[in-house]
Amino acid sequence: MEDMLFYDRIQFAFTITFHYLFPQLTMGLSMIIVFLKWRSIRTKDRRYNDAAKFLMRIFAINFMMGVITGIPMEFQFGTNWAKFSELTGDIIGQTLAMEGMFSFFLESSFLALFIFGEKWLGQRLHFLTAFLVFLGSWASGFFILATNAWMQHPVGYEIVENGKYVLTHFSALFGNPWLLPAFLHNQLASLVTSSFVVGGIGAYYLLRQEQVDSGKLLLKTGIIFGVVSTVLVAFPTGDWAAKNMVKYQPASFAAMEGIFKTEGGGTEIVLIGQPNMLEKEIDNKIAVPGVLSFLTYRDWDMEIKGMDAFEKDQLPTNVPALYYAYHMMVGLGTLFIGLMLMGLFYWVRGKIYNNKFLLWMIMFATPFPYLANIAGWFTAEMGRQPWLVYGLLRTDAGVSPTVSSGNTLFTLLGFMGLYLLLGLLFFTLVMRIINQGPKV
Amino acid sequence: MEVYWYIIISLALVGFFILDGYDFGVGIIHLFFAEEEKDKVVIAKSAGLFWDANEVWLVMAGGMLFMAFPLLYASAFSGFYLPLMMLLWLMIFRAIGLELRGQYNTRIWRDMCDKAFGVSSFLLALLFGVALGNIIRGVNLGGVVNGVSKYESSYFFLPLWNARFSPLAHQPGVIDWFTLIFGFITVITLMIHGANWIVLKTNSSINDRLKNVVYYLNIGLILLSLASIWMGYSIQSDPLGNFITHPGFSIFPLFYILGLSGLFFVRRYRRPIYAFLFSTLVIFGGITTSLASIFPKVLPSTNMVHPALTIYNTAAGDYSLSVAALWSVMGMLLMVLYFIIQRRLLSGKIDTKDYGH
Ligand code: HDD
Ligand code: HEM
Ligand code: HEM
Repeated sequence: MEDMLFYDRIQFAFTITFHYLFPQLTMGLSMIIVFLKWRSIRTKDRRYNDAAKFLMRIFAINFMMGVITGIPMEFQFGTNWAKFSELTGDIIGQTLAMEGMFSFFLESSFLALFIFGEKWLGQRLHFLTAFLVFLGSWASGFFILATNAWMQHPVGYEIVENGKYVLTHFSALFGNPWLLPAFLHNQLASLVTSSFVVGGIGAYYLLRQEQVDSGKLLLKTGIIFGVVSTVLVAFPTGDWAAKNMVKYQPASFAAMEGIFKTEGGGTEIVLIGQPNMLEKEIDNKIAVPGVLSFLTYRDWDMEIKGMDAFEKDQLPTNVPALYYAYHMMVGLGTLFIGLMLMGLFYWVRGKIYNNKFLLWMIMFATPFPYLANIAGWFTAEMGRQPWLVYGLLRTDAGVSPTVSSGNTLFTLLGFMGLYLLLGLLFFTLVMRIINQGPKV
Repeated sequence: MEVYWYIIISLALVGFFILDGYDFGVGIIHLFFAEEEKDKVVIAKSAGLFWDANEVWLVMAGGMLFMAFPLLYASAFSGFYLPLMMLLWLMIFRAIGLELRGQYNTRIWRDMCDKAFGVSSFLLALLFGVALGNIIRGVNLGGVVNGVSKYESSYFFLPLWNARFSPLAHQPGVIDWFTLIFGFITVITLMIHGANWIVLKTNSSINDRLKNVVYYLNIGLILLSLASIWMGYSIQSDPLGNFITHPGFSIFPLFYILGLSGLFFVRRYRRPIYAFLFSTLVIFGGITTSLASIFPKVLPSTNMVHPALTIYNTAAGDYSLSVAALWSVMGMLLMVLYFIIQRRLLSGKIDTKDYGH
């Protein structure tokens, strides 16, 4: 029983992490494409249009990967988390089914139109298709986050005889106080990823001295979107998400911030240090007093509950992992702001294209937003432990009763092998498109 | 409400098999009949342009099944764990074969991708058919052995097969001679459908040959369908009983028969769209007939201890089903719109058009 749960969790974590590599790019990229397409109509400058179409080719491959890795996600609710599906299908089935009906259809239909239909449609309608693709991908992000928000903070339900949760207020699913901050934060984070990818490709062209014109355009676009999104992802939306944690999941908040003891008066913020679970303290700590209280309550002396204030079975199961994931996200986020501001600074002074060092930095930074996004999701999902639906359903009560651990291990290995292959192929495909460049 | 959702979900499934169905069929035909490189390219393209948009139908059917019949989703998906996982993997292989074919211009690479596309399409069609067979045959709900259940009443776990490949044993497996018949029926149906699609959408040099292929496959299909009814009698006492108690249901087998008969004249049609419409009818009729034959059950039980899962005992709450029905109407209107746009884009022969890529 124990290791059955273990394999189910690993399999879910592995497959969702892989799946999420693709939507995080498509959601942000679709917005950038809309922007470029709009510029191309306004300025009648062909380069914008070429850049938009070039990015859409990268989008298309990501979309395809999103589809083939997304179907296993949907299936796994039934195959590996059958009890969970039986008990909550009434509610989270709503948002998942709406996602299929309202967003995936939109996205896939208009993506095809965008790619194949430019001549047939004319420029304005072509812009419209880009916009609808954007709408579709953001709508799917919205519905999936509504699903996740319900698991983090269940609302609008009632428990009936056999322990099932049934929906009582449809609108509550979308008015969930958890949803809006999480959605905005997540969408901005995906915009961070896309800005770095776009900027990184631009830097790559400039460094290679090929497609220099497009390179400049992409680099500038990346920086514009990058400056805005890296700032907004930290403040106000990241801050907002953290306040939600204090309010609705205080035990998880204490764990991710690494606060072991409740202190009277202001609580310090831990910048660096390693949680020591035996001594219940942070080793090699560098901390600033009072700041955490200020950040959460705008008051230097408010009390924040530490992990000692909660029963052991209410605390997240893996405190150090949660703590590291959270600090990784926040740390990387700070670096991103710095890098993008530096890019802006040199751009305004007209010196960016010759600054080899900065271009290398921007190119090398491309994978890191992916890491930050994954770390963010690990924070959210491990912070929810030991609950599958916060406060209602424990994770061990949600697994399929009839699937043995051997079977799950077998399929986990299968997914790992296949995804390795898929990842390699994806990488070569995208590199080919990048090497061909916008001008073909 | 339960009935409304049952119909909608069945239609979404039918939609999936009609649209992605031709992609599977094209894959199988491609594997067996395409010889010249020129043909291989257009044939693969006729499936490759839209397969991901077609797969969305499956995603949507799955989402709605989850929402409307959570217990069925939970019990069937965990019970058919292994075949479903294989299905997922095969879909991934198919995608790889289709998307990567044109990427490297070497013979061995293209052959590899063609085989990946063809073999996975074949196995997928077989697996989907076997799944349908399982749903009609039913499973050992609750895992009953000697009158004692191993699991909660609505859960089960099916091995891939049992020692005798027999549907009549205590513990049925996923694959036995009854479900295999359904597997082959599906393979042949989708081959016909795919061949019709190729004839409709391309100018490949094997089009005339394909019409003959369809003709003979159709005869095979009729024989297998008769065999499946005959086998049905050895499994259930009265497989056609539902059509007598609800005479209205007989419309579904009529569609099936109409489609089959239309396909007899495939060699005579001037416009290939007729053949394609008839194979569409066969798919529609085939799936609805199978589902209607067990309605309102959705998963019969092979033991005496636990009653079957039906649309009533697996459904979500009334409130959920009703709000969802409201938004589903809006969703369907939008879908019709998307569908028209998509098909406009696809009109005409594929090899005469330049699709950018
Ligand atoms: C580029 C990625 C990125 C960056 C730089 C940040 N985040 Fe983040 N964060 C995410 C990407 C992300 C995410 C992956 O998108 C998450 C996971 C769940 C969610 O809704 O967003 C997330 C979740 C998340 C949560 C958990 C909310 C939940 O459980 O749903 C908190 C408290 C924060 N973030 C706070 C911050 C703060 C204070 C940041 C300041 C720099 C920050 N994040 C930067
Ligand atoms: C919004 C959609 C999501 C839903 C509905 C969802 C749901 C779930 C479920 C059902 C589990 C398994 C049970 C559990 O361990 O709690 C889980 C675990 C997990 N998910 Fe998510 N998830 C979502 C998004 C993500 C994303 C995007 C990521 C990462 C990139 C992620 C990372 C994880 C991890 C790491 C676990 C394992 C946590 C653990 O077991 O300690 N999730 N999630
Ligand atoms: C457990 C959670 C998840 C499930 C069950 C799931 C399911 C799916 C499925 C079935 C698809 C394929 C859709 C198609 O056929 O077009 C898909 C694609 C997609 N998913 Fe997920 N997904 C999950 C997590 C996430 C998360 C956390 C996000 C982002 C916030 C996300 C955003 C998307 C987007 C934007 C697409 C469209 C394809 C693309 O643009 O790459 N999904 N998802």
